[in-house]
Amino acid sequence: MLYALCFLLFMIGLYCAVVKKNMVKIVFGIMIMEYAVNLFLIMLGYHFGGVAPIIDKSQFDPGTGQIAGSFLNNSVDPLPQALVLTAIVIGLGSLALMISICIRTYEKYGTFDITQIRRLKG
Amino acid sequence: MAIFYVLLLFIIIAALIAVETKNLLSAVICIGAIGFGASLMFLFLRAPDIAITQIVVEVLGLVILIRATIARDLTFISGDKEFFATVVSIVIIFVIFLAGIKVFQTLPDFGTSAFTAAAEAPGMPEPASQTYISQGLQRTGAANIVSSVVLDFRAYDTLGEATVLFTSIIGATVILRKKAKKLLEDPDK
Repeated sequence: MLYALCFLLFMIGLYCAVVKKNMVKIVFGIMIMEYAVNLFLIMLGYHFGGVAPIIDKSQFDPGTGQIAGSFLNNSVDPLPQALVLTAIVIGLGSLALMISICIRTYEKYGTFDITQIRRLKG
Repeated sequence: MAIFYVLLLFIIIAALIAVETKNLLSAVICIGAIGFGASLMFLFLRAPDIAITQIVVEVLGLVILIRATIARDLTFISGDKEFFATVVSIVIIFVIFLAGIKVFQTLPDFGTSAFTAAAEAPGMPEPASQTYISQGLQRTGAANIVSSVVLDFRAYDTLGEATVLFTSIIGATVILRKKAKKLLEDPDK
């Protein structure tokens, strides 16, 4: 059910990117899709009663180098977290690129309306 | 469990307002609400690193978005696109949504980690995540498993991320540059 809500969020973003005529709204749609995918990946790695994948001092025995079983069995999945960390930062870069394209288009045409931006070869 | 539903509904409502509002500045603020709601949700999903990164990225992104829209929110778009095209795209999106719901039903339920569930099948090798959890501290010396994955086990991934980030920043500066290079002639003039 939570996955379905997350997918609904993705679909709202897709609707916004496909139907809207305002360039900035299209960028917003792409951003919403990004949030939905990030949330979904993190949700896949979660399980009830999980702990953050950070080893506490009390869970580590420096003499033997053993990690307590309570951490090994309860930690949430660190791999999707590491990958989503990458994806969020890349999202910022692509947002900057898209917004700069929007600003230049506005300076040239004086509007964000994509139906009025005809002369794209200029 | 209930907190996830509350936060996700909050995010969805903010997304709907951001999509449908006329004023671009309000839409930017709603995007900020989505981002900070997502950050809270990451915190409750036991991903503190992601939550911190999300807050930083969100603040920077809002600054960029407000820079883009602050004096330009006077563009009023009159009328939607052609009625037929809008209806067709909504129908297609709805069909994709229904098909996606079927796919999500094949996933393990929320709260049972999909990656460890796959590992319990007989004959499967140990999943990579389990190796990171059990041996990350000895091999890399980092108590935070996420940073040990990002900076050691999958460092090439981080290198690629930095490359993409710098490429996009170079692209943005080139697009936003006011003056063309002196040597090049401006073809418009």
